[in-house]
Amino acid sequence: MNLFRNVVFIAAIAGLVAGVVLACMQAYATVPLILKAEVYEQAGGGHHHAAPAATDTNAMSTAAPAGNAMSSAAPAPAEAAAPAVEDEGWAPADGFERFAFSVVANIVTGIGFALILVAVSEFAGGIGNWRQGVFWGLAGFAVFTLAPGLGLPPELPAMPAADLTQRQIWWWATVAATAAGIGLIAFRKSLPLVILAVLLIIAPHIVGAPQPDSFETPIPEGLHHQFVVAVTVTNLVFWLVLGAIVGVVRGRFTGTATSLRDSFA
Amino acid sequence: MTTASVSLGASVSSQSRVMQLALVALLGIFVVGFVGFSHIDAVHNAAHDYRHSMAFPCH
Repeated sequence: MNLFRNVVFIAAIAGLVAGVVLACMQAYATVPLILKAEVYEQAGGGHHHAAPAATDTNAMSTAAPAGNAMSSAAPAPAEAAAPAVEDEGWAPADGFERFAFSVVANIVTGIGFALILVAVSEFAGGIGNWRQGVFWGLAGFAVFTLAPGLGLPPELPAMPAADLTQRQIWWWATVAATAAGIGLIAFRKSLPLVILAVLLIIAPHIVGAPQPDSFETPIPEGLHHQFVVAVTVTNLVFWLVLGAIVGVVRGRFTGTATSLRDSFA
Repeated sequence: MTTASVSLGASVSSQSRVMQLALVALLGIFVVGFVGFSHIDAVHNAAHDYRHSMAFPCH
């Protein structure tokens, strides 16, 4: 398992660094906006996770009363499938503890994304240097942020959303289809395959992401727009840093900067 | 392929190489899935700001 160990090692270093960078950017760019949104959320009657407005209704009339009922009571019984024993369960205390858990989440998932990136890029010959890493990072950004973000824009607390599981399924399906499409465009030279790639990339958006019954929200439009920009930009930097560091570390690791030129074009 | 297998995993057979890389990718998907997509309340709350900041489906 020599290869496995090496790949995990590279991913761990790259994910750690990129995760810390992302956590720092979030502390300045996105978290303050989330906190602002929570003020509107509190004013609107509390914080309700695990409570997507009504399980399967498509009529606004049913969704609206459900939303009101939830502001006074525990999550709707229909949602009891999720372990909603307490209202919301344990949560980190505001301030340092909350920040610390965000940092941990950033680092752990940074390593997770790095594992995916390194594994996939090794199939294509490996990321040879920081510059190739930047291109791989751009691809990762397109796959994990841009494509799912088109159908499901970054949301602030207190924003309406469709059923969580359905959105998560759409999110992963979009990621998979976009990754396959970009892979075909980058590594296959035949026109039919490129056309197939374009179809793969647009298919999730033709199907359409699950949307809430109503878009009514106490969150001001301007605040949300600011948040969308902040999320997109911070993720772009995260992916560029992640790809570049994988390139650098892998180059150091192998001793020679092996070239990717065969796999690209 | 030869370039990469020589550089990262010396003398690894092609089949074992695919297996190992697939395993790494799965591990990554599992990690991201657990932290960012778990329905467990405590996990959700711990990573709440992170989920929002990554535009993961939340709430």
